[in-house]
Amino acid sequence: MAIPKDKALFDYAVRLADDQLVLGHRLSEWCGRAPTLEEELALANMGLDLIGQARSLYAHAGEVEGEGRDEDALAYLRSEREFTNMLLVEQPNDDFAHTMVRQLFHAAFMAPYWEAMTGSADATLSGIAGKAVKEARYHLRHSAEWIVRLGDGTQESHARTRAALDHLWVFTGELFEMDETALSLLGRGVAVDARALKPAWDSAVDETLARAGLDRPAEIAMLSGGRTGRHSEHLGHLLAEMQYMQRAYPGMTW
Amino acid sequence: MVSALDTRQDERRARARAAAAEVCDPEIPVLTIADLGVLRDVEVAGDEVTVTITPTYSGCPAMRMIEFEIVTKLAEAGFPDAQVRTVLSPAWTTDWMSEEAREKLRAYGIAPPQGRAGGRGALFGHDTVACPQCGGTDTERVSEFGSTACKALYRCRSCGEPFDYFKCI
Repeated sequence: MAIPKDKALFDYAVRLADDQLVLGHRLSEWCGRAPTLEEELALANMGLDLIGQARSLYAHAGEVEGEGRDEDALAYLRSEREFTNMLLVEQPNDDFAHTMVRQLFHAAFMAPYWEAMTGSADATLSGIAGKAVKEARYHLRHSAEWIVRLGDGTQESHARTRAALDHLWVFTGELFEMDETALSLLGRGVAVDARALKPAWDSAVDETLARAGLDRPAEIAMLSGGRTGRHSEHLGHLLAEMQYMQRAYPGMTW
Repeated sequence: MVSALDTRQDERRARARAAAAEVCDPEIPVLTIADLGVLRDVEVAGDEVTVTITPTYSGCPAMRMIEFEIVTKLAEAGFPDAQVRTVLSPAWTTDWMSEEAREKLRAYGIAPPQGRAGGRGALFGHDTVACPQCGGTDTERVSEFGSTACKALYRCRSCGEPFDYFKCI
């Protein structure tokens, strides 16, 4: 495959799309399994928001690349090592507490991220961000309220949320990493400086945990690798299911 | 001096616009896409018609249906092969919904968006939403997401009715 004219922009749009698609797919796995009907609807709606954001980003990446790959080719026909989503979003749903903690960590990052991206020099990214920021704010509110209810709920819900925080904390360092691709685009006014979002993320997470009566996990060495295609074992299983139809019946449509 | 050609072109544009504006939201059939502000533009250049729409939410599954309905309505109005273009910017906002549209929503049983979009804190913010059935303001939110992404689920403590609230974004 030829190298895209603007490889940095292509890679950047794809990784951002991968984050939203993988998390959107995780949320879709709750269909038919959510604890209440209202949550079933909420999780599916948030999944739709994320997959919608991913579609716009993949379509943009495909245009930047100029090789005729569309959103479907990018979502369904790349392998695990070609996916560059962050490790947090591919972690399994586990119980409801794990899902909500993962949502909180992601939404508390994406709300200020999209807000900053509305000022991107890339008009398409800025347009996508203008829509996504409104959605991310609702996702943040939804997960924050659940963390408060779970932390401040029963001994069981508190203990499960505590365990989820401890388990997922190790993946939060990657949110704020800036590699060469991101730095070069930051210099062109296209990318968001993820490092600068740490105070906003800290304050949203800290306020939520304080209300929930949960302690912030102790600082530990963080795990990363998603941006270079080095994933946890979970992504391959997720893709195997998500991509099955296009792999088995190439070009198939509904 | 307006030429006959311009007049004819204006008439065609008005007719195409009227046809597209008739399309209803499949989830909220009392509102047209023009009421919602989803219909952004209708251009007529010669025989070609291009309709520009914008989604309410990034993942709104009604968009495909709306595109299909637009093409059908335009074909009925004498414009075969209309093109539908989707734009994301400027981002759709409930501020584009007219007073008339808000009243139609209320009459249909959906509480219309309260006030103007933006300016509220992301964490733990709350809206005071009046019940579309009895008008009471003693209501509680049951879920941040209702039957579609654009709505939240509420319950009225006065009359006991559950209802959808069209979120203000």
